Amino acid sequence: MAIDFTHKQTAHCENGVVSNLMTYNGFPISEPMVFGIGSGLIYCYIPLLKVNHAPAITYRVMPGQIFKKFAKRVGIKIKKEKFNNPIEAKARLDENLKNNNPVGLQVGVYNLTYFPDEYRFHFNAHNLVVYGKEDSSYLISDPIMEGVTSLTDKELEKVRFAKGAFAPKGHIYYPIDFPEELDLKNAIVKGINHTCKDMLAPIPILGVRGIKLVANFIRKWPKKHGVKKANHYLGQIVRMQEEIGTGGGGFRYIFAAFLQESSEILGNDKLKELSKEMTEIGDLWRDFALNASRIYKNRKAPQDSYESVAAQLDHIADREKVFFTKLKEAIK
Amino acid sequence: MKKEEIPQDRSNLETAKFKELCYAVDDEGQYVTAQSTGWDPKTIALDNAIKDIYERVEIARQKVIANQTSPIEYYMELHKMDLSILSSYVGMWKWRVKRHFKPSIFNKLKNRTLEKYAEVFEISVNELQQIKKR
Repeated sequence: MAIDFTHKQTAHCENGVVSNLMTYNGFPISEPMVFGIGSGLIYCYIPLLKVNHAPAITYRVMPGQIFKKFAKRVGIKIKKEKFNNPIEAKARLDENLKNNNPVGLQVGVYNLTYFPDEYRFHFNAHNLVVYGKEDSSYLISDPIMEGVTSLTDKELEKVRFAKGAFAPKGHIYYPIDFPEELDLKNAIVKGINHTCKDMLAPIPILGVRGIKLVANFIRKWPKKHGVKKANHYLGQIVRMQEEIGTGGGGFRYIFAAFLQESSEILGNDKLKELSKEMTEIGDLWRDFALNASRIYKNRKAPQDSYESVAAQLDHIADREKVFFTKLKEAIK
Repeated sequence: MKKEEIPQDRSNLETAKFKELCYAVDDEGQYVTAQSTGWDPKTIALDNAIKDIYERVEIARQKVIANQTSPIEYYMELHKMDLSILSSYVGMWKWRVKRHFKPSIFNKLKNRTLEKYAEVFEISVNELQQIKKR
């Protein structure tokens, strides 16, 4: 039993699930639109949390937030459920598939058998769509994969009940109620406003101030932790910024694509110009990653090389401060 | 980033015939998507992270041999876990798991407790009581 579901590869999993589920339900909408309206872009240093034995920095909002905000702003309703019992979780999934309803699932990556081994680590905020069942195999549309795939009963249960930070607890979600037409114009403005607010927030770990904070951390790391650890931390930053799912430049290119598409919908030429500017800022993030990689490539980097990548981050923070201030004005 | 600048470096994605999606602008300045086989700055970071895991596993292995820790710590590292991830998988407090790292405590563990660990690591209790030969 397979639902006639169109799989489309996207950069990021949550955007992709929403975009593909919306398209299935008769509302074709692009990945950048989902990301922008759902205010996906952010920069945040997460204190206390360690990922792969390194500080955690995120370039997008908390898992589930994009869909939640997107739904509220365009006027759709989502049904969400979590479970303590795997049998109940499976029953609810089967019930939906029987009713020809493809659903989104939150899963852990560590036991996703179709992922390359190197990418299987304990990250629990991955998303995919289940669109059918054949014998005891579930048909899977994982948005970051080029094509569709499948998982056995047991494999799916394992990833749905992965443990650790952000444990999915069988989390299942799908849109249930749609307006006649999506109110994109208002939704775009709300999405942009929220992102500007986040990026310019007067909170030290968030947005532009968060970028500056991390720049200062980088300056201190080699002395505080030694070169080996400092390089490991730096490598992890680049991975969080560029690894599968960000579309390049820590989501900045996707955001620029969103502004470009929005300028057409709103008939606002300023957004078109700002899209170009965001692309330039994305390029700066890429340059930062490239220079950081030169440090952790050879293990004996001179001290001033940390200073120079930190300065690059400071520069990016300054550019983004100007950028988001202008963006806020542009949609007034 | 221009479309033709999307990096096509060799990476760990190759083994799985996997390509990721990137966003870039075409000649007219329009945003398009295109696939990438990988980019060296992050491939190096990933390779380093994997080397780091191997190192942690090897250190844990040596510690087990020297009777400084129990095989639980070794298998934890082997499964890319840390104390908080492992404790949530076995459903025990972190301090308790940490206590089980002590060889003297580990050797006195009840079979039921050992089974919990063995199940998480997908091995038998017998395998849990030793470490893998290299």
